[in-house]
Amino acid sequence: MAGHSNYVPQSAAAKWLESRLPVISLVRGSFVDFPTPKNLNYWWTFGGILFFMLVAQIITGIVLVMHYTPSTGAAFDSVEHIMRDVNFGWMLRYLHSNGASMFFIAVYIHIFRGLYYGSYKAPREISWILGVIIFLIMMGTAFMGYVLPWGQMSFWGATVITNLFSAIPLVGEEIRTWLWGGFSVDNPTLNRFFSLHYLLPFMIFGVVILHVWAFHTTGNNNPTGVQPKTKQDTVPFHPYYTIKDLFAIVVFMVIFAWFAFYVPNYMGHPDNYIEANPLVTPAHIVPEWYFLPFYAILRAVPDKLGGVVAMFGAIAVLFVLPWLDTSKVRSGTYRPLFKQFFWIFAGVCVALGYLGAMPAEGIYVILSRIFTVYYFAHFLVILPMLGFLEKPKPLPASISEAVLKGGSGKPAGAAAAPDTK
Amino acid sequence: MAHNTDPEEPNRRDFLYIATGAMGAVGAGALAWPFIDQMNPDASALALASIEVDVSAVAEGQSITVKWRGKPVFIRNRTETEVEEAKAVPVADLPDQNARNANLPADAEATDANRGVEGNEKWLVQVGVCTHLGCVPLGDAGDFGGWFCPCHGSHYDTAGRIRKGPAPENLLIPPLEFVSDSTIKIG
Repeated sequence: MAGHSNYVPQSAAAKWLESRLPVISLVRGSFVDFPTPKNLNYWWTFGGILFFMLVAQIITGIVLVMHYTPSTGAAFDSVEHIMRDVNFGWMLRYLHSNGASMFFIAVYIHIFRGLYYGSYKAPREISWILGVIIFLIMMGTAFMGYVLPWGQMSFWGATVITNLFSAIPLVGEEIRTWLWGGFSVDNPTLNRFFSLHYLLPFMIFGVVILHVWAFHTTGNNNPTGVQPKTKQDTVPFHPYYTIKDLFAIVVFMVIFAWFAFYVPNYMGHPDNYIEANPLVTPAHIVPEWYFLPFYAILRAVPDKLGGVVAMFGAIAVLFVLPWLDTSKVRSGTYRPLFKQFFWIFAGVCVALGYLGAMPAEGIYVILSRIFTVYYFAHFLVILPMLGFLEKPKPLPASISEAVLKGGSGKPAGAAAAPDTK
Repeated sequence: MAHNTDPEEPNRRDFLYIATGAMGAVGAGALAWPFIDQMNPDASALALASIEVDVSAVAEGQSITVKWRGKPVFIRNRTETEVEEAKAVPVADLPDQNARNANLPADAEATDANRGVEGNEKWLVQVGVCTHLGCVPLGDAGDFGGWFCPCHGSHYDTAGRIRKGPAPENLLIPPLEFVSDSTIKIG
């Protein structure tokens, strides 16, 4: 990361610090002078948006903990106390709960951007795998956070998800009891979830640093998928992308604020305003919206272990994606067939999300099965075969060529001008 | 001479490395165990509470739900029709052919007689936790006139046996006995 800076310390203080801990050149090399492809579009701003969301969740979370009580007898009331009594408590809690949803909106866009532009392909496999790990930790964090208010959906969501582990052959029951710390979801479960919910975001922070380190080593992917060849293909990260990311973050904050201030419960479930009752399951349990596609896959398989394996498999398949896609061309822009299958796949994921929210009966089950099969076929059949069947469009010689030809209205000859200077 | 005191392989130094490493691994494992085991049920959770329930007010065709070890337990006084329906099903047709009755040997068959309370088969006492993912099934519901789990669509029959849906096992029957004509002890 540091290797990209030509920074030479000028002041005596900077020289003193650099010779002991080269933190100034590290930051400058990573986030100021870092050469970034000049054609990154707005889909690339979601990395910055995600970093903003992580920090926002950590800050709102730390202050919420100052007022929350992790105990089955007091948790629900302490959340109501935050909502009614604590100064700005209503705002902090709504920012945190809606922040989780906004975090997932951003991460799904970020993942699909990577899928479309082939950001998982060599040499960026490690960045991609670290990203999938972040996604998994995010899911664990969000799930445990949702349990903390100790409402009906908290309790029954926790019951259903922890019961997934009882499907493991031989030791499943013991693992479940170990996770619970008892014979049902109860006070020990709530306390350990609280502890881990506080820990995991900092683990995400650590993996994010590795994630950034990895793609700063390989360089960013870009909409053409063609590696930068000359200095003319890149611009320094600052001010070009600091400003672009900042603008995108502000626009994202507007949407975030609209949810938090105008429809704060739109993405939640009303049953979670009923205190947890171990004797009554709500008529229709649904997880938070961001888990729905995976929940649909779980329910599509009429076998307990099979459903759990399929659900975890839906994420596990992402780990090997870099080796399943056989095409030499990275960007979907130059892959006419892949482009169509990409959008079908995106539609299937949305459809699975819808089906996950529907009751597990009749046509919904049948459709869930069809789409679940398609989900796996996309990775295990379609992507491996497309590399052989598809004839990609010709790739541009360089990023500059693609940018200047690409509808900016400038004559192609103008490209030569900056080079000759 | 000075640079090679022990030419044989494996030599004394290899042994020391392996012995030190093995000792370290055992020590790390021993130290890790308390940190893992602290998550297991504690002494207060393990204290196996038993409860006594007065069922004299439960008329035929009625059910009550009581709480035992943090879980709901369904106690149902079944009608003749329900018992007949359950008896009419051959065990071979059941997805789970094990009685899952803590009062019987582990390999007891899932006949209706093995599911009801011994000597008083009209009574059905079972842990009201779906064996799929732990929701509480609804009574008098589902395709088989027994219980229906709303979470993922498991249907249980009038003997609490899984008939359709993703649940792998019949509803569990806890350790129990009639201590008097109208009182059931669970646990």
